[in-house]
Amino acid sequence: MINKKHPISKILSYVFLIVLAYIMTYPLLWMIGAAFKSNDEIFSTLGLFPKNPVFGAFSEGWKGTGQYGFDRFLTNTFLMVLPTVVFTALSSTLVGYGFARFQFPFKKTLFLIMLSTMMLPATVIIIPRYIFFKKLGWLDSYLPFIIPALLGCFPFFNFMMVQFFRGLPLELDESAKLDGCNSFVILKDILLPLCKSAIFSVIVFQFVWTWNDFMNVLIYISSVAKYPVALGLRMTMDISTEFNWNQIMAMSLVSIFPPILLFFTAQKYFVEGIATTGMKN
Amino acid sequence: MLKHKKYSFEGYLYILPWLLGFLLLQFVPLINSFWYSFTDFQLLGDAKFIGLQNYKKMFVSDPTFLKSLSVTFYYVLIAVPCKIAFALVIALILNQRIRGINFFRTLYYIPSILGGSVAISVLWKYLFMNQGIINNLLSVVGIPGQDWLGNPNLALGTISLVTVWQFGSSMLLFLAGLKQIPECLYEAARIDGAGKMKIFWKITLPELSPIVLFNLIMQMINAFQEFTPAFVITQGGPLKSTYLYGLMLYDQGFKFFKMGYSSALSWILFAIILFFTSLTFKSSQSWVHYGDTL
Repeated sequence: MINKKHPISKILSYVFLIVLAYIMTYPLLWMIGAAFKSNDEIFSTLGLFPKNPVFGAFSEGWKGTGQYGFDRFLTNTFLMVLPTVVFTALSSTLVGYGFARFQFPFKKTLFLIMLSTMMLPATVIIIPRYIFFKKLGWLDSYLPFIIPALLGCFPFFNFMMVQFFRGLPLELDESAKLDGCNSFVILKDILLPLCKSAIFSVIVFQFVWTWNDFMNVLIYISSVAKYPVALGLRMTMDISTEFNWNQIMAMSLVSIFPPILLFFTAQKYFVEGIATTGMKN
Repeated sequence: MLKHKKYSFEGYLYILPWLLGFLLLQFVPLINSFWYSFTDFQLLGDAKFIGLQNYKKMFVSDPTFLKSLSVTFYYVLIAVPCKIAFALVIALILNQRIRGINFFRTLYYIPSILGGSVAISVLWKYLFMNQGIINNLLSVVGIPGQDWLGNPNLALGTISLVTVWQFGSSMLLFLAGLKQIPECLYEAARIDGAGKMKIFWKITLPELSPIVLFNLIMQMINAFQEFTPAFVITQGGPLKSTYLYGLMLYDQGFKFFKMGYSSALSWILFAIILFFTSLTFKSSQSWVHYGDTL
């Protein structure tokens, strides 16, 4: 909207945006501050900054439940998240390429099916899946997360890649084909370098979602030794007495750090990716 | 989209992972879940066909079902419209030629990344505890503290706040949509002497309506299945006032291992979601405006 605005209304907009930004980030800022406050101070003072900063919350909280510390929980999370993310990127690229660039029987029907599974509530299939994985002996392992990723069970990402491939000019493929490249070489050498931003957003999205996933880990992971950070954190909260607030805040902070870090490093691609999917329907 | 090429089966090679995944991990489970819903399956032992008894039980002899259903409707009704309206308003403000838009956009988006993480639920619990920081802040301004998580009338609202707090992803979609509205539409309207409100109602909103629809559908599907905050912050209480449908499904299926009953519950939820999404789609014919580019 190009509009000659009165300076007053512009200032009001800024004031509003800044106040809102403060309200939005307040919980997070409070969390950071609380991790460095003593337990006496956490709820007795209003300031975000600790008056007498203490650093013990991190080292104490890191010990986790005694038997297993947060080093274990974090390692577990990475063991679960990284393969899931890599396989999602791989499968969604292949599937996206397949749908965007080839003609085959029942293509329209299959594509429609894929789109409609985007709206299939996960809760409907959770029980049969659980039983299926149980029969395969995959309970209490990360396979229930990794294998669906390998098999492209995240239609949202497949769709995102289809849309992205559609946006790339077909002439690229055709000239390469004239040069005698087969379809896989075309994908690998010509299209893939152009897909970086889309693949990046698949990676960031899937990393964040799997990292934060709680219901599925609650269902599938039962032994504490294999707990990812989400379960470790909840267990720490449940078993700790009311005197450990700062430790729990410190570990909460640790647990949200990797997704935040990834988001900031990949922010540009991420925002682009969202915009691409939402728009070209 | 594609030039008329001859059919080849090469494409199947590329979509094969999804095809397998769809069949094994989506289609077969869907059929199974439907079958289980007519059985008394309990994880151990065989599934015995019991007809419509599971479905009858919900409505006749399981008071938590109706309670949970009404809690979930309340939640969807509060959280989804608030979130979308909020996202739209902020996107409109950010879409003015404002300096530092990237900064604000990023800041507002952060909660969406952390979204359903346990850390945020834990944080919420501490913020809204009786001796929590929100009550402390209120007492400074002279407002008496509330029992945000212990009062059955407030708890669901407190939980919904977590959802609304994550308006960032919807906002990004609106922002992208606003950038696509052709400037000439605004110019024409201004030449015709249309006021700001009129421009919003007659141009901006209709042009954004496909995105409103997309947000509405996706947020609704998610909200009906919400789980983490209610599970971690209030465990469904007090007095089941935050006992969302997702919690009931989890309890029945993975706490009591009543797989048959839980499957039946999940099909009711599926039917409800299907009903409301198709209702939204149907109604959208009268309020969603598609440009002639499609």
